[in-house]
Amino acid sequence: MKVELRGITKRFPGVIANEDVNLSVNSGEVLALLGENGAGKSTLMNCLYGLYKPDEGAILINDQIVDFETPGDAMAAGIGMVHQHFMLVPVFTVAENLMLGNESVNGPLGVLNLGDARKRINDLSDKYNLPVDPDALVRDLPVGVEQRAEILKALYRDADCLILDEPTAVLTPDEIAELEKVIRELADSGKSIIFITHKLGEVMRIADQIVVLRHGKVVGRTTPEDTTELGLASMMVGRDVQLVVDKPEAEPGAPMLEVRDLSVLDDRDAVAVESLDFEIRAGEILAVAGVQGNGQTELVEAITGMRPALTGSIHLDGEDITSATPRELWTRDLGHIPEDRQADGLVEPFSVADNLVLNTYNWKPFAKGILRDSSEVRSHANQLVEDFDVRTASIDTHAGTLSGGNQQKVIVAREFTHSSRLLVAAQPTRGLDVGSIQYIHGRIVAERDSGAAVLIVSSELDEVLALADRVAVMYEGRFSGMLEGDEISRNRIGLLMAGRTGDSVDSQDGDSQERDSQETDTREPPTQDPAANGSTE
Amino acid sequence: MTTIPANASADEIQAPTDGEVALEAEELRKAKRVGWIWIFVGVAIIWLFGFGSEAGVETTFNLSLESDLSITLPSRISCFVIGAIIVLLGIVQSMRPLPKRTIFTVLVVLLAVFAFLIWATRDSSFSMVGMLQSTLIRATPLALGALAGVLCERSGVVNIAIEGMMLFAAFMGSFAAAASGNLWIGFAVGVVSGGILAYGHAGLSVTYKVDQIISGTVINFFALGITSYLAAQILTKYPDLNRAGTFARIKIPILGDIPFIGEILFDNNIYVYVAYFLLPFVTFMLFKSRWGLRVRSVGELPKAADTVGINVYRTRYISVILGGGAAGLAGSFLSLGSVGSFQQNMTAGRGYIALAAMILGRWNPMGALGAALLFGFAESLQSKLAIIGTPIPSEFLLMAPYIVTLFFVAGFGGRAQPPAADGVPYEQG
Repeated sequence: MKVELRGITKRFPGVIANEDVNLSVNSGEVLALLGENGAGKSTLMNCLYGLYKPDEGAILINDQIVDFETPGDAMAAGIGMVHQHFMLVPVFTVAENLMLGNESVNGPLGVLNLGDARKRINDLSDKYNLPVDPDALVRDLPVGVEQRAEILKALYRDADCLILDEPTAVLTPDEIAELEKVIRELADSGKSIIFITHKLGEVMRIADQIVVLRHGKVVGRTTPEDTTELGLASMMVGRDVQLVVDKPEAEPGAPMLEVRDLSVLDDRDAVAVESLDFEIRAGEILAVAGVQGNGQTELVEAITGMRPALTGSIHLDGEDITSATPRELWTRDLGHIPEDRQADGLVEPFSVADNLVLNTYNWKPFAKGILRDSSEVRSHANQLVEDFDVRTASIDTHAGTLSGGNQQKVIVAREFTHSSRLLVAAQPTRGLDVGSIQYIHGRIVAERDSGAAVLIVSSELDEVLALADRVAVMYEGRFSGMLEGDEISRNRIGLLMAGRTGDSVDSQDGDSQERDSQETDTREPPTQDPAANGSTE
Repeated sequence: MTTIPANASADEIQAPTDGEVALEAEELRKAKRVGWIWIFVGVAIIWLFGFGSEAGVETTFNLSLESDLSITLPSRISCFVIGAIIVLLGIVQSMRPLPKRTIFTVLVVLLAVFAFLIWATRDSSFSMVGMLQSTLIRATPLALGALAGVLCERSGVVNIAIEGMMLFAAFMGSFAAAASGNLWIGFAVGVVSGGILAYGHAGLSVTYKVDQIISGTVINFFALGITSYLAAQILTKYPDLNRAGTFARIKIPILGDIPFIGEILFDNNIYVYVAYFLLPFVTFMLFKSRWGLRVRSVGELPKAADTVGINVYRTRYISVILGGGAAGLAGSFLSLGSVGSFQQNMTAGRGYIALAAMILGRWNPMGALGAALLFGFAESLQSKLAIIGTPIPSEFLLMAPYIVTLFFVAGFGGRAQPPAADGVPYEQG
């Protein structure tokens, strides 16, 4: 099926999300839609999928102009979307999810014919090599399988054009490789594929043609043969970029954070962190890598006093902080950049100025007795906004209206104003543009160099590689490996993220060497001793 | 069974980890603690009710209102036996936890209540059939009200306006029946008027995205105000308009002649039979039909429903209005099915109790029926015991089921899981 967008413009109050965008994808072709967060990729696809109505322009399918009022219309025309946040009901089975809106039923009461759905799902599974159990509850599925179900959901509706919105964000490197294979097979069977991403590597591997969006406009069209990752990055950002952070050698001091036998439960009372032992020295960055949902969130929450520990102890510079509250931790110089900046980092309806004193509002000089000193708060805010280059209309602007990067800068400014002994940063640059990433990375390294112990949790391998002095890879609540110095490589981390232990990583190192060759990482060691596995040095 | 190919690697079964072992041990401790509680209950029954009953005294339970069918039990020995059974169950449970703990817990509670009745009514006779009949009559409006809640909340709209819808329907149904002289017109008007208020609730909470608790509260106060006003203005001036009468009981042939059971279950008015039909039917439709799948998807993840072409707003409107109809049934039952006239604020909080029944029943109509029966049983036990006169203040008995609900809602005995999008207005796009 040939899908074409012609002159699509979509405006929202105050912004032009898409401006005169043209693109077309043929049957059997994979088109990668590349762009930074906020470049307008998702808006464009939501237009194609009938969720938004474009203000100008036309959508053509097989050279016929079509008009989609609802996603139902788009689906009927053969367009299927695999959403970034899976559109699967967790308490339904796979079969129920797939048939939803497209049910086969019996009798006047409309009784669901699950047998029929099961059969169709199994047929599709076999045909496209996407195995999934139709009777499994979606909430019990690992993310990779959930995504398979999501793809099957589109195929179940006879989609001929598949839109995949950032499909690799939640996958392990192995699962990504698997997905790339599936995408290729789907294209070969005649489907047209639109693949939205901001990751350069996967674009180079699977795209037939590449369209780069910036600020809602198409700024480049190319193919993997005619460009490089660096070229794509420059196109995305609009200037030359440097993908690596400048970082002097670490000079670790005495152990600052010591975690012993720490186990933590998640919200469902399952064990999320299991008997972890590690320490971080002053002046050292430990990065915890891993696919989201392997206990990183719970680990950070336990250290920062937001979640009780089931067993074990946490010491900061010799003091027991296992059951300290976030406020006590703040007074002991813990800086925290939380994972969910909107929920845990800011009070969105509060002004930027108030958010900058969220943890110090009741201290001098911001408070006099029970009253606040708003002139001190304001001058403090003005100073920080300038120092940290927060782009905001004024310090009275509601924090919720800032862009993600500026929200993050507000948090960083607040947490970095007094020198910390321990800095915990969870996904510190998620969803930020390259400029903000560089800035925040620089600040984190500066914090380390001033003697803080730094714990970074990130599911972005690039970030881990850029910042880490040591890397712990978290898998199912444990560290599947601890890498240091020359041992740190994209390939090793990737295997550990998938749950391989240190030994098997070594034995496979040679086989997958070629996968590493395209990376900019130069630290890949030629040969290795068995990697340090488990706990601290 | 479908086989999962080998490359579904993360599905592999793995040996339990330390943490899971720790959790299992915790589970075992909990199960054993339940056993100890049972032993305690059993001993308490022997001590309080067994020794509390004088030797040689008997308790008589009447099993029929129409005939002399009854059983007579020796009070003290019966309590000893029941206590011993519970102690035995407790010992087994504390040594090796029984499977299906819920069923045994219910059994223990029923036995304990039975022992209590034997003790409380010793040396006299007690109409078992009368108490169970009134249990069912009291449970019916609660179950129908809970059904209203289930229909709304399964689609993602919190409905605390059941109380108001019931009250409004009780008035309108009674008024219409008295004015027209036809109970069936009252029945229909009751259902429709519940639906009309529900339409208002849907408009406020679905279209205008008003906080659903506020919208519901407003409707409750509106219903209380308007019915009190109209009752004072119209019904006191024209008392004839408040003589609606009640639906007669219909005895079902054959089934109704079964001793004991027939008198309780198959000799009731139309509302009870409607509830018999609706509760299982809606349960079936919710979980087995296309309609139910769509309603539940809208209550769990409306965005997913939207992206596959299901109209979230319309689905919510319809569900809330259907729920209003159920609340209308529950409300008009009070005037047309039981009292025969309208009285100011005659729902007296039953809408809220129905909400509790819905939660205790885990958002499942049949579960809500179970909870409603529990609440109804406690109420009717209380009223019967208040007449007989027992050393325990009967009001305490009335509190018991709500304490159970409180514990349950607080997360003891398995957390109740409301629909994920319950109470969250849906924004398109």
